[in-house]
Amino acid sequence: MNLTLHVWRQSGPKAPGKLEQYEAKNVSPDQSFLEMLDEVNEHLIKEGKDPIAFDHDCREGICGMCSQVINGVPHGGQERTTVCQLHMRRFNDGDTIYIEPWRALAFPIQKDLIVDRNALEKIMQAGGYTSCHTGGVADGNAILVPKQDADYAMDAAECIGCGACVAACPNGSAMLYTSAKVAQLAALPQGQAEAAERVCAMTEAMQEAGFGNCSNHYECMAACPKGINVKFIAKLNREYQKALFK
Amino acid sequence: MILDGKCPKGPIQTSWDRHRFDLKLVNPANKRKYKVLVVGTGLAGGAAAASLGELGYNVEAFCYQDSARRAHSIAAQGGINAAKNYPNDGDSIYRLFYDTIKGGDFRAREADVWRLAQVSNNIIDQCVAQGVPFARDYAGYLDNRSFGGAQVSRTFYARGQTGQQLLLGAYSALSRQVKAGSVKLFARTEMLDLVVVDGEAKGITVRDLITGEIRTHVGDAVVLATGGYVNVFYLSTNAMGCSVTANWRAHKKGAFFANPCYTQIHPTCIPQSGDHQSKLTLMSESLRNDGRCWAPKKKGDNRHPNDIPEEERDYYLERKYPSFGNLAPRDIASRAAKEQCDDGRGVGPGGRGVNLDFSAAIKRVGEHTIRERYGNLFEMYEKITDENAYKQPMRMYPAPHYSMGGLWVDYNCESNVPGLFVLGEANFSVHGANRLGASALMQGLADGYFVIPYTIANYLAKTKPGLVSADHPECKKSVEDVKAYNNRLLNINGKKTVSEFHRELGKIMWENVGMARSEESLKDAIKRIPVLREEFWQNVKVTGKGEELNQQLENAGRVADFLEFGELMAKDALHRNESCGGHFRVEHQMPDGEAKRDDENYCYVGAWEFKGVDKEPELHKEPLTFENVHLAVRSYK
Amino acid sequence: MRILSSSVGRKILMSITGQLLIIFILIHLIGNSTIFFGPNGINAYAEHLHSLPPLVWAFRLFMLAAIAVHIAYGVTLTLENKAANPGAYAVKRNLKASFASENMIWTGLLVLCFIGYHLLQFTIHGTPDVVVGLDSANRPDVFRMVVTSFGNALISLAYMFAMLMLFLHLSHGIPSFLQTMGWNNEKTIPAFGTGGKVISAILMLAYISIPAVILAGLLKL
Repeated sequence: MNLTLHVWRQSGPKAPGKLEQYEAKNVSPDQSFLEMLDEVNEHLIKEGKDPIAFDHDCREGICGMCSQVINGVPHGGQERTTVCQLHMRRFNDGDTIYIEPWRALAFPIQKDLIVDRNALEKIMQAGGYTSCHTGGVADGNAILVPKQDADYAMDAAECIGCGACVAACPNGSAMLYTSAKVAQLAALPQGQAEAAERVCAMTEAMQEAGFGNCSNHYECMAACPKGINVKFIAKLNREYQKALFK
Repeated sequence: MILDGKCPKGPIQTSWDRHRFDLKLVNPANKRKYKVLVVGTGLAGGAAAASLGELGYNVEAFCYQDSARRAHSIAAQGGINAAKNYPNDGDSIYRLFYDTIKGGDFRAREADVWRLAQVSNNIIDQCVAQGVPFARDYAGYLDNRSFGGAQVSRTFYARGQTGQQLLLGAYSALSRQVKAGSVKLFARTEMLDLVVVDGEAKGITVRDLITGEIRTHVGDAVVLATGGYVNVFYLSTNAMGCSVTANWRAHKKGAFFANPCYTQIHPTCIPQSGDHQSKLTLMSESLRNDGRCWAPKKKGDNRHPNDIPEEERDYYLERKYPSFGNLAPRDIASRAAKEQCDDGRGVGPGGRGVNLDFSAAIKRVGEHTIRERYGNLFEMYEKITDENAYKQPMRMYPAPHYSMGGLWVDYNCESNVPGLFVLGEANFSVHGANRLGASALMQGLADGYFVIPYTIANYLAKTKPGLVSADHPECKKSVEDVKAYNNRLLNINGKKTVSEFHRELGKIMWENVGMARSEESLKDAIKRIPVLREEFWQNVKVTGKGEELNQQLENAGRVADFLEFGELMAKDALHRNESCGGHFRVEHQMPDGEAKRDDENYCYVGAWEFKGVDKEPELHKEPLTFENVHLAVRSYK
Repeated sequence: MRILSSSVGRKILMSITGQLLIIFILIHLIGNSTIFFGPNGINAYAEHLHSLPPLVWAFRLFMLAAIAVHIAYGVTLTLENKAANPGAYAVKRNLKASFASENMIWTGLLVLCFIGYHLLQFTIHGTPDVVVGLDSANRPDVFRMVVTSFGNALISLAYMFAMLMLFLHLSHGIPSFLQTMGWNNEKTIPAFGTGGKVISAILMLAYISIPAVILAGLLKL
């Protein structure tokens, strides 16, 4: 099939950017979206033009590196799917596709479709851990963890940190990302000791990094390629209230 | 030269404990004076950087991704082994040790493997303490599953995302140290050279992938945890950015490359769908717990798999290996799949595939249970192939997955270049000629959490901190060399793209140095790779400049290294005139097609010394001695 | 204080004040519905209410404070949110966000304008349509005032429009309150979403019923 692409091109962080049009010809439905872009790039290189820069790495939907807003939806809108797992059979011959980078104050554009997501790191560094030392910990079975708690923690821990929640959020908020880590650790006995400091530190770091506030649009959950549920934001809010009374 | 692995002598059961006592220590007050550079932030690098930072060393950590959390360890699905024996099914440190040595086809060092088995238990405890949400049973205890190459259930897992959860655990420990100021993180930074001063590793030269700046970081020791090299095959299960570059550039600065021909071809990957394909996707080995591998008995049978009656199916693994059945080790399962396809009984496009059938398991335990166990894998399979594996068998074909070979290290994980330590998949140490499932995560974390924190002190205690500063002539030279190298790449301005060269190299490697190798195929590869390399340096087209974000330049450097490394890999495979584990020479096989080792002549580690591009590398040997297990023919029948 | 400056803390204050306002809306509705009992209903209610001036004023001040907090944080959070999202997408498609959730600030501000007008009209009696007087029992004749004013179709329609804004605001505000207070989980999320809309719709219809009945001529002087 043949497609018309409108891709955001921007040569550097300070440079002005604009949408440019490209034609993708003879695209196979079995190709992944990124493989389609690979081919467009191969043509651009042969013409001596600068290929489209985009982030990608594992190409199996787990590293969280890929980050494109396709036709207005982060990762393209197929349920629980990252861009790298999106296949061209989801599109039709003759389609026009808009491809843009994540857009949020906290994610400055580096080049074309590549953004700087260091702000997410700051949130994690503020408290997304248990302060256990290497070595000198108890046996894995010393503290029992009810299966439902382990499952709940795992549901939250599936977050791949791609930032689609921020890109989708009308407020540019990183609340889903932050809450996933807070909820994971708050659900486990190992995370209890620091639960109060953690939730306060992480939400404050989120604010400082330039992310907006959650106003419960739930757009994040709809865009999340791992289907992280906004119930974790409710959990974060509960944890926060507990912390206020500590 | 005969290499010495410096393994502790005496009874193996106490070897690591005795060795730890013999290692020198660095006084707590002095630790902050030492700077350690850690390259790579996967399980090994992330765990090492976090642990060293916590001990008080001044750590700088580097990764090419935009976050330490994205290292390719994250993609490991199935699980992590440990000798906890929680299920009471007869596991022990000794059994894990034995299984790993045997799984590696007796080509690994006993002492290293023993240590791995011993610390495996600490890893699980450590991860639980970090909040890794391992699977639990209804009583709240840790759950186990079975994996290939073992008859006990010793694999701990977190759904189908164990690697992700373990890496996020290490990443959280790393984040904690970044906050504490003991670790400085340099993301989107790629190592392009090792700085060696007076024969010791004292720094690395890196390229900032955003600005294109080339600069040197100096330190008192360098730790490489930069993963494997199977992207030399172009199509593999590795991430797109995985490369041999850091290892290769260290190799060019004197570090020996050990056993490069030992590559693991994973039996269960989604078959290639066309020439456009950029990578292959692995389906966890855990699927073989419930999935049965079969191929049609009739050649060229084009019927829909569901229409092929039971008696016309060949459950070849169950037939050939009745005691391990579908859980035969990876190298054996891969070769068996290839055999079926070579015999004209493959399924799917091009006949390169076998069936992995869940219908029996679904009948036995119900679709719900199968969905619970592997739901995310079935979902991923459907996304890629558009087929529903609950209703029809998955199609599977082997794909390059892991490299057992790597930079040569001694028992302390130190390479032959003093001060250069190599961890995880980047070194060669514990998996021999074949790695068992769920052992890579174990090794990465063992090296990072529980080995390097002890062994690096032994080196640092003998050196004065801050010996080399950034304006040392070696540093300046290194920066100049890297700049010149990159400029050369940028100025060729030929006609073919980097990917085209990578694809061509991959084709040569897969056909000649892949799952089955012969003297003829290897010699052919050794002839063709230099020709392709020559063409690359004449005719590659790299657009853009060096002083900007330039993904073409990044890839060009990586492919240039693969074009040199591929030749060494073929040479190693040619020199190793035996079959063992993942290295299968068609000349050396049993009558039934199993790998035939030659313990008399090849029971050693082959470590290669770089002598220059287009020059013959020099082979050094480290003999392997087996005192605790008997060298035996590996049998899974 | 953490609660006054942090992202989550301020949201909690917003949702608590929002809920106080909803409680007021409920009480006010119950009071207003005495109009259906004719002059004897609402005029008696008004007199009863005004017989306790300190309590009335305390209540008024409390509500004003709640409104002030709700609005102040509503405005600052919205400004922060706008800044955090430069909104530069050439194409943006929402999967879940609704007109109501995206326009809380505007529906809120319109409701605020209405409150101002409503106070000016029926509390301060500062608009020309207002008829002030006493009824036969010497009570303030609220019934006459309301029926006269709402007899004007334009005033009634403006009132109904304001109630529509209130509906939009509450249809997102009620489930949002439950989420921000943390009283939410996977199963309740859709239920609260629907519940919020239903309650808001009931409130809107109940309020609109007064001018509607007057306009229809069912409630006359």
